[in-house]
Amino acid sequence: MAHKAIVGRKVGMTQVWDKDNRMVPVTVVEVTPCRVVQVKTPQTDGYSAIQVTLGTKDARKLSKPEAGHFARAGVAPGTELVELRLDDVSGYSVGQELGADIFEAGESIDAVGTSKGKGFAGVMKRHNFQGQRATHGAHLVHRAPGSIGQCATPARVFKGVKMAGRMGSDKVTTQNLTVVRADAEKNVVLVKGSVPGSKGGTVIIRNAIKKAVGA
Amino acid sequence: MNLTELVEQEQIRSDIPEFNAGDTVKVHVKVVEGNRERVQVFEGVVIARRGTSVRESFTVRKLSFGVGVERSFPLHSPIIDKIQVVTRGDVRRAKLYYLRDRVGKAAKVKEKRFK
Repeated sequence: MAHKAIVGRKVGMTQVWDKDNRMVPVTVVEVTPCRVVQVKTPQTDGYSAIQVTLGTKDARKLSKPEAGHFARAGVAPGTELVELRLDDVSGYSVGQELGADIFEAGESIDAVGTSKGKGFAGVMKRHNFQGQRATHGAHLVHRAPGSIGQCATPARVFKGVKMAGRMGSDKVTTQNLTVVRADAEKNVVLVKGSVPGSKGGTVIIRNAIKKAVGA
Repeated sequence: MNLTELVEQEQIRSDIPEFNAGDTVKVHVKVVEGNRERVQVFEGVVIARRGTSVRESFTVRKLSFGVGVERSFPLHSPIIDKIQVVTRGDVRRAKLYYLRDRVGKAAKVKEKRFK
């Protein structure tokens, strides 16, 4: 499991130059210091994690349970609460602020986000089916899935058969991305490559859990 | 200004002269050979400029031993030592891809005459 993590917002993509003057595509993630609201330990909660909040929210707009939760921690209310599962939470305390400087350039990270919603999608888009032929008598079945099973035995469709349906808005993790720059003053982390989700989406950045092949 | 623009702003070079499609330019490019660095000049007609901000790039076309050679540069790339504008061209298009199909005198860009 991860030993450090932080929450940010995806701002967009651009490019920067590296030290060899090569162009590097980067995703800009805004990481305003996030505040620890609760520390969960195996003794009290059965697992270890920290709960953090980010941004600011009008105190009048909180529900009573939310207001109580923030008041008990003594932390200014934020827009959302995010739980970060960590190996060891002994170094964290309620009210602590985590900034972009927990990461440094060159570090391997995983980015967790919510993918863009695609709506009701067919099997070609959703499951990469091939579709059917364009000509030779194909009629209204060009993007259809084809057979979904056998005949009298088993006389039913097996569970889990890939079909059309809602696609996107899933939790997606992109593993082993590289931090190009982490700047706590500007509250920004530049991640090489793309990060799941739309602009403005919440992104969890944590240290890479698996080692890249050849690394 | 959003954070993406802020990141881009830092990298924008202010020493790039104004030039457009049709202009003949000398692009001084830094070339690294082993551990030595030298400057190479690529001179030709700008046939396109595209993109905005730090992502802007341009394409230069020249004839080398009778063969057309095109090279695209990111406008704000640190490998560009400097850009010199040799002549201003008089053209009616932003993209001069039609020059690729022309040879000889037809492939020439008229020079801009200032009154």
